[in-house]
Amino acid sequence: MTRKLSYREAMREAMHEALQNDPRVFLMGEDVGRYGGTYAFSKGFLEEFGPARIRDTPLSELAFVGAGIGAALGGLRPIVEVMTVNFSLLALDQIVNTAALYRHMSGGQFSVPLVIRMATGAGRQVAAQHSHSLEGWYAHIPGIKVLAPATIEDARGMLAPALADPDPVVIFEHAGLFNLEGEVPDRCTVDIVRAKVRRDGTAVAIITYGGSLPKALAAAEMLAAEGIAAEVVDLRVLRPLDTAAIVASVAKCRRAVIVDEGWRSGSLAAEVSARIMENAFFELDAPVARVCSEEVPIPYARHLEEAALPQPEKIVAAVKGLFS
Amino acid sequence: MTTIEHPAPPPPSGPVPWDKDFAQALLADMLRIRRLEEKAAELYGEGRIRGFLHLYIGEEAVAVGALHALRAEDNVVATYREHGHALVRGMSMAAIMAEMYGKREGCARGRGGSMHLFDASTRLYGGNAIVGGGLPVATGLALAAQLRKEDRVTACFFGDGAVAEGAFHESLNLAALWKLPVLFCCENNLYGMGTAVERAEAQTDLAAKARSYNMPALSCDGMDVVAVYQATQEALALVGQGPVFVEYRTYRYRAHSMFDAELYRQKAEVEEWKTRGPIHTFTARLKAEGKLTEAEFLALDARVAAEVAAAVAFAEAGTWEPVEDLLKDVHTP
Repeated sequence: MTRKLSYREAMREAMHEALQNDPRVFLMGEDVGRYGGTYAFSKGFLEEFGPARIRDTPLSELAFVGAGIGAALGGLRPIVEVMTVNFSLLALDQIVNTAALYRHMSGGQFSVPLVIRMATGAGRQVAAQHSHSLEGWYAHIPGIKVLAPATIEDARGMLAPALADPDPVVIFEHAGLFNLEGEVPDRCTVDIVRAKVRRDGTAVAIITYGGSLPKALAAAEMLAAEGIAAEVVDLRVLRPLDTAAIVASVAKCRRAVIVDEGWRSGSLAAEVSARIMENAFFELDAPVARVCSEEVPIPYARHLEEAALPQPEKIVAAVKGLFS
Repeated sequence: MTTIEHPAPPPPSGPVPWDKDFAQALLADMLRIRRLEEKAAELYGEGRIRGFLHLYIGEEAVAVGALHALRAEDNVVATYREHGHALVRGMSMAAIMAEMYGKREGCARGRGGSMHLFDASTRLYGGNAIVGGGLPVATGLALAAQLRKEDRVTACFFGDGAVAEGAFHESLNLAALWKLPVLFCCENNLYGMGTAVERAEAQTDLAAKARSYNMPALSCDGMDVVAVYQATQEALALVGQGPVFVEYRTYRYRAHSMFDAELYRQKAEVEEWKTRGPIHTFTARLKAEGKLTEAEFLALDARVAAEVAAAVAFAEAGTWEPVEDLLKDVHTP
């Protein structure tokens, strides 16, 4: 059986289920309680689970993310919500200098079973300090896992395995997806290991993640009308990357376009491209192409913002460039 | 006559309120830290220990007095100047020394070194080399204890330098707001590396900062193990209602790390503080009160020397973590 859910409802259900099933789980972040969550992901939670487990925090990203680390060390399973990826930079020290290396630096004595969720991405005209995509930075760090649920099913299903993971997991939820609706199975069980092919094709592998997935699928549809069968690979897990899935798709299609809302320089797209060079160079019939954000802080005005971001038309053009 | 910029407090006075055994146990721990670190400095000179090595020499009364006031079930979060905390908390001198050597037999199997001593069995959560980095973690450990209804205090050590960090202010606010059982232990040795506290802080009364977050804050003479123990006990009695801040006014005799030209402080100042040394003043008081004989002191010193020698032998005989295990423990298996 399946049913219809929005991305927002899926995330809310996932957290609700976690809070119901495990008394060690609690939610903490700015306005998660009385306000009901910045994006209404936790509406009604405070009334149902109480203020001990639904904790409104001061505007103290460094302290409450760090407190999440301590609480995880102390035997709990915190879900820490950071309002946007831009604000997570205020907590970057605790994530990179503490959470990510506690286990290794302690010689395996301490693990940090912490889940950090944050909104990411552009497309809502909220300008440069609320719109960036820094997934690639986090994906650079050994010791954390980085997830990017881009479908309703992943929004519903990824939290449970993330909470079951003994190490820190960072989940990026693209704000452009929150109102997306889709059918999901009654029981959503997904892994947090593998990439997934979202559309089968043979002519080109469009490799993407997060908020760019719907754009890649739209581009594939446009390409299909022109007789080009594009395969769309959703990375889902940005660290560790599922290299085998990337290579399999490239080997099959012999052409690859990587779509990444991060800036091109030093991007996750650059890493994926490098892995293709390392593992599938001789499978390629054309150089790897990338569609990334323009190298500019994301602007406010709609036409400028749209021009700064990957768009289906840009993806189509990049694909066609591989056949010219 | 030079004016001392940071005059030392008057020498500790008054009777030591402890029986002979307890008093000698604290003296022994101070001496263990001192001799361990003197040896470590020597080994550093020989290249046996590398990297950064931050010595606690001069500050021993703080770790010893504060940690003896804690219980085994309490948590401890420390800084990168934490050999003493690890030792007093119960980590073996051998495991500490082996870690400084980078050996597999070290407490963190050579992954951490001097600045990152961890010990799950004594609830020592590191060894943090980010100034102020331990405060949010300690706040979270206390949150876990509160939510799990565990009778457990988290003692978080940090220096005067950390007070300038945002992590300090955010953590004190959060801990006070949520009434978390944290003991914020500020080891004020008057210098953040080479910057004197009055050159870094607009408000040099560090306890006043803590009070502004609506928590009790005490200050004590960190050169006097009795004062440290008593202030810590007094603070612990208040922790049930929320966090408490204690400032231990102390002094570092050695360089910030192993080498610095010490251009930032007066030789006379260092010499004056050395006359308040926590070990020799306490030894003199115990002798004056008949709680320690010279023969007992010599026996103690010999025991400590033997422990240090055994720790060095253990570290020397230690093995290297196989390079094949390089990636081990990045993630939990």
